[in-house]
Amino acid sequence: MTMLVLKPGMQASVQDLGRHGHRRLGVCPGGALDALALTLANRLVGNADGAAGLEIAMGGCELRFETDTRIALTGDGFGATLDGTPVWPCWSMPVAAGQTLRLAGANPAGAGKAGLRSWLAVAGGIDVPPVLGSRSTDLKAGFGGHEGRALRKGDRLPLGAAALDAAQLARRPFGLRGPAWDDAAPHADDGAIALRVLPGPEFEQFTAASQALLWRERWRITPQSNRMGSRLAGAELQRARNIDMLSSGVIPGTIQVPPSGQPIILMGDAQTTGGYPRIGVVIRADLWKLAQAPLDGRLRLVQVDMAAALAAWAGQQRYLAQVAQGLAAAGWPRAA
Amino acid sequence: MSLPRLHPLGDAALLCELPAPATLAQQQQIWALGAEVQQWPGVGEVLPGMNNLTLTFDPTVTGIDALMQRVSEAWPALSVAAVEGRTVEIPVAYGGEHGPDLADVAAHTRLTPAEVVRRHSEAEYVVYLLGFLPGFAFMGGLPPELATPRRAEPRFAVPARSVGIGGEQTGIYPLVSPGGWRLIGRTPLELFDPKAESPTLLRPGDRVRFVVESVQT
Repeated sequence: MTMLVLKPGMQASVQDLGRHGHRRLGVCPGGALDALALTLANRLVGNADGAAGLEIAMGGCELRFETDTRIALTGDGFGATLDGTPVWPCWSMPVAAGQTLRLAGANPAGAGKAGLRSWLAVAGGIDVPPVLGSRSTDLKAGFGGHEGRALRKGDRLPLGAAALDAAQLARRPFGLRGPAWDDAAPHADDGAIALRVLPGPEFEQFTAASQALLWRERWRITPQSNRMGSRLAGAELQRARNIDMLSSGVIPGTIQVPPSGQPIILMGDAQTTGGYPRIGVVIRADLWKLAQAPLDGRLRLVQVDMAAALAAWAGQQRYLAQVAQGLAAAGWPRAA
Repeated sequence: MSLPRLHPLGDAALLCELPAPATLAQQQQIWALGAEVQQWPGVGEVLPGMNNLTLTFDPTVTGIDALMQRVSEAWPALSVAAVEGRTVEIPVAYGGEHGPDLADVAAHTRLTPAEVVRRHSEAEYVVYLLGFLPGFAFMGGLPPELATPRRAEPRFAVPARSVGIGGEQTGIYPLVSPGGWRLIGRTPLELFDPKAESPTLLRPGDRVRFVVESVQT
């Protein structure tokens, strides 16, 4: 019950829903940057939501299955094929031992234009040993996942016992309607992806002009972005006074503004504390959009209030509940 | 002690922040707040910062307004004496290849390298928080005369277990990491072991003494 890495692509790592409860030790939560995508993929193959899968950045990945199993891919599909047969995102597919899954590399012509990352779930999950309660790879600290690092050619990943029986594993493919809420669509006029943001603890320290620019600018996601954070380029944000900050907690979604004036939106692998002013925080319900946003893509930051942030989160939970009901009604099991 | 400033950090976290400067008395109150809020329903993680505390919560269990109200009410009644640290001795090989910036610190502080080592190792430090990297301890108690600005160009890879001075702080890099602190020595101790029952050598509230193992000047 293994899976062989023939090509890892730009960066592929084992991730689950994150390592929680250890921030006070300086340990970041990490985990799949699009938790929703990994959750959907896991449900499609009968796994518990927290089972470990692969996060694949920018495609270019090839995997050989060494056992009969079942897979689901979410996020950008990067033109995935299983021995030449198309694998669509948000579909559940049977796989026979010896078959190879190929994701095309990111290229301007098509694959990868819609997103940056894919998440792959395999029935039974990737069975690496949990460290501090999680199977996620902490790439910065070098532990968890598979040997604490991104995958390399020739790595062989152990798979856990599937919750599906042989007949269910072999069942013909079926799919889900993906999470395509209206607010997730790029802006019709300028193609920018909207992220909803609550003003951060230091918002008031910025000049009125910079506060207005935060919402008005169309921010470009620079290639210096990774699992720690998305670095944005655009207008220069300035504080009214330069007050030295003491180390203070940061969470995924926090928008920090270093002295360059160019904001950084922190992601799951970011450090747990920071010393730069926090002009805003992306709401939890929109973090998945940032995880998928392609490099060089444009973002616009939209100010919302707490009620809107909570309503957006509740809407996402309703969608997940509908998915669970639909799968259960179709007789699809799910590991506890 | 004045009430902390309370501000949401996104839709599921709350920042509680005391006015500067950071003092041990304020930090002890922060730790006490951390111990208290952890007992509350809906509160997830508690992360002390320097002079501040961030907590995560589940908004379906407790609302932000109710949480702020509760922090305000609990603050004056906190039992600060409940926080107790241990004393941890950290052996350090100062200078030479282990502490390539010892001479820079000596030049900046107008002390001899031996004197920098003596003062650094005679002070008592308190761990205010762990953050930045797993097991990285931010400590208070650096003798003010040893304060040295960070390097203009941060190193790409600071060796693991390096002891450094950054501004008015001292600390130890648990892992290889980029960093701009002045490196004055290295300890053989493991600061972070994710597989250990207690993964970090140091914990907030611990008192730290650096013990001179060797000096190369």
